Amino acid sequence: MRVVRLDDEDDFDGWRTAARALAAERVPADQVLWQIGDAPTDLFAATAGTALPNRSLTVPKDFLGLAASVCLHRDPQRFSLLYALLLRVLVQPHILQDRADRRISVLRRMQQAVGRDVHKMHAFVRFRELTEGEQSRFVAWFEPDHHILRATAGFFVNRFATMHWSILTPEGSLHWDTRSLTEGPPAEKTDAPGDDPVEAIWKSYYASTFNPARVNSRAMLKEMPKKYWHGLPEAALIPSLVAGASQREREMIARLPTTPRRMGRRPDPS
Amino acid sequence: MAQLDIAQKLSILADAAKYDASCSSSGGKKRSSVGGKGIGSTSGGSGICHAYTPDGRCISLLKILLTNSCIFDCHYCINRRSSNVRRARFTAQEVVALTLDFYRRNYIEGLFLSSGIIHSPDYTMEQILEVARSLREDHDFRGYIHLKTIPDADPALVTRAGQHADRVSINVELPTRDGLHALAPEKSETRIENAMGFMQTAIADGADARRRYRYAPVFAPAGQSTQMIVGADTANDRDIVARAGRLYGQFELRRIYYSAFSPIPDASAALPPRRPPLMREHRLYQSDWLMRFYAFTPDEVGDAADPVTGMLPLDIDPKLAWALKFREQFPVDVNRAPKELLLRVPGLGPRAVQAIVQARRWRRLRLEDVGRLTVSLKKLRPFLITDDWRPISLTDRTDLRQLVAPQPQQLDLFAG
Repeated sequence: MRVVRLDDEDDFDGWRTAARALAAERVPADQVLWQIGDAPTDLFAATAGTALPNRSLTVPKDFLGLAASVCLHRDPQRFSLLYALLLRVLVQPHILQDRADRRISVLRRMQQAVGRDVHKMHAFVRFRELTEGEQSRFVAWFEPDHHILRATAGFFVNRFATMHWSILTPEGSLHWDTRSLTEGPPAEKTDAPGDDPVEAIWKSYYASTFNPARVNSRAMLKEMPKKYWHGLPEAALIPSLVAGASQREREMIARLPTTPRRMGRRPDPS
Repeated sequence: MAQLDIAQKLSILADAAKYDASCSSSGGKKRSSVGGKGIGSTSGGSGICHAYTPDGRCISLLKILLTNSCIFDCHYCINRRSSNVRRARFTAQEVVALTLDFYRRNYIEGLFLSSGIIHSPDYTMEQILEVARSLREDHDFRGYIHLKTIPDADPALVTRAGQHADRVSINVELPTRDGLHALAPEKSETRIENAMGFMQTAIADGADARRRYRYAPVFAPAGQSTQMIVGADTANDRDIVARAGRLYGQFELRRIYYSAFSPIPDASAALPPRRPPLMREHRLYQSDWLMRFYAFTPDEVGDAADPVTGMLPLDIDPKLAWALKFREQFPVDVNRAPKELLLRVPGLGPRAVQAIVQARRWRRLRLEDVGRLTVSLKKLRPFLITDDWRPISLTDRTDLRQLVAPQPQQLDLFAG
C-alpha cells in the first residue's frame, strides 16, 4: 500500500504530482491511500510514504479541469476516484467525452456540484462594513459546502481590488489589503460583524422589487435554498412577504426544514 | 409634502421599476478592478443572481427608475401621468452612492437604470447619462451597467450612453402596432424601431472599430434587448412569436423579455380586467429558447400553437406540443439521428444532445446511458430509439398526450 500525504483538503497540485508518479508506474488505484495532513493512518500505510519522482504524462486537456474541480469536493473518496479515472484515461483517452459512462457521470456531477457551490459563494457572500480607525474593512461570514475558499479568492480580488476585505469560513479565512492576499485560521460566525446600516436600505429594496402578484416560492427555493438564508439579511423578510400570498405558498415556506450546516458530516446528496 | 429619505425613495422607485422583467447581467466584456481606482468586475459570460425574491425572480442589478414622474400616459404603466401613485425622484449622486454601497457589500452586479420621461426626452436622457458617467469616470466603476434609452432622445446622447453601458434597451412595449396605438397613444412603433435600428448600427460599428483599433471606445458590448408586455392587448402567442422572430432578425437583439401584464395599483379602465396566467409568459420564454437554442423557426413555433386561437398550450411545453403534432418525425434513433433531429426530442436539451453526439462516436448507446444525461426518461421514451429500446407503435396511441403531459395539479402554482 502506498500512502500519499496531501497538504490540504484542496491540494490539487499535491494530488497531481503524486498521481503522475504513481500512474507512470501503473500502481493500481486500490493500492494507494490518499491522506490529508497529519491525519492518523492505518497500520500498513504508516511505513509506505515515499518520495515521488517527478514524471510527466499526457492526458486529454479536459482531464485537468475536471480534476482541479473534483479535488475541491467534500467527498473523502475524491482523490482516489480521480486517480482511478487517470489510470483509465491513459488506456482510453476518449472516455472523458463519454458523459453517459457511469463513472464519468459520477465525476462530472461532482464537478458540477463544486461549480455550483463556487457560483453560489460568488452570489451569496454578504459583506458588512467594519470601521478600523480611518480605514474600513468589509467582512463576510460564509459556509461553503465544498473546499472552495481558495478557489474563489480570485473572483473577490478582481471585483473588490481597492477594498480591504475578509472572508471568514469554518475551514479558514482570507484577507485582502488592496495589495496582497493572506490566509488565516478557521473562524466562527461571531467573528464577523453582526450588522451594517446599509442592510436596512437593501432590505427595503428587496421588499419593493418583489411583486406579490406573482408569488412563486418554488422557483425562489430552487435557486436560493433555505440553507443559505442565515447568511442573507434580506431572507429574514421572506416569511412576511409571503404571508400576504396564498395559503399554499405559506405552507411551502413553513414546511422546508433548514439544512444543518457543518462541513463533512452530511452525506453527499449526489 | 415631507421630504422622502433614501429608503423611502428607493421603495417608490424600485416598485416603479419592477414591472420590467429584464435583470440579466450577462454578456459583454470581461473586466476587473485590479489596477484601477474603483471597484467592479464583469465575467464577460453569464452574470450572477445575488438574491431571489419570493416571486422567483432574480436580483442581479439594482433596478430602479431615476424618477417615476412621466409626461406620457401609457395605460399599462403604473407611472403614467394620470396615475395617483406617489412620485419620487433621485438625484444622480444618490443613485451613484446607492449603487456603490450595494456593490461593496456584494448585493448586486451593477445598475439597471430607467426613468419616466420628465420635461423632454433629451433632458431625461441627460439625467440617466450623468449617473452612468459619474459611476464610470468619477468612481472608475467597472461593474455592469444596463441603461434604458429613450427612443426620441438626441442620437448624440444615446451614443454616449452606449459608451458607458454594457447593455442598452428600448422596450417595444406591445406586440402589435394596434396594441401600442390603443394603450400607449404617445408612443410610435416606427420611432421605437428606428431607435433600435440606430442602436444596432452603433453596436456593430463599435465592435468593428474595436477590431481595427485597440483603443476605440467600447459600445454596449452586451448588445441590446427589449421587452414586450403580454396579455394587455389582444395579440395571441403566434403574433408575439412572429414579432419576436422579426425583432431578432432585424435588430440582432440579445434577448427579448416577456412580461405578463401584472395587475397594477390604480389601474386604467382601458386594461383587461384579468391578468393572463403566468404560465403563458413561461410558455413564451420556452418558445424563445426553442428559437435561440433549438433551431426552431418562428413559423415552427407557431405550428405548436392552436390553429384557431393562435395560443400555445398551457398544460404542456411548446416543444412537446410540436412533437405531438408532428409525431411522424419520431421515434428518433439516438445512435444515428443528426443533431438537429435529436434537438427536437422532448426532454433532450442542447447539453444532452451534445453529450450523445460525443459519446456515440465511441460506442452504441442504451436507454440507461441516455438516462444519465437527462432528468427523466419518462417523457423521452415514446420518442426515442436506443440499442435496447424501441417504442412499439407508442407514437400512434391517441392517449400519448396523457402519457407524457405533466399532472394537472402542478399547474396550480402558476394559476391566476
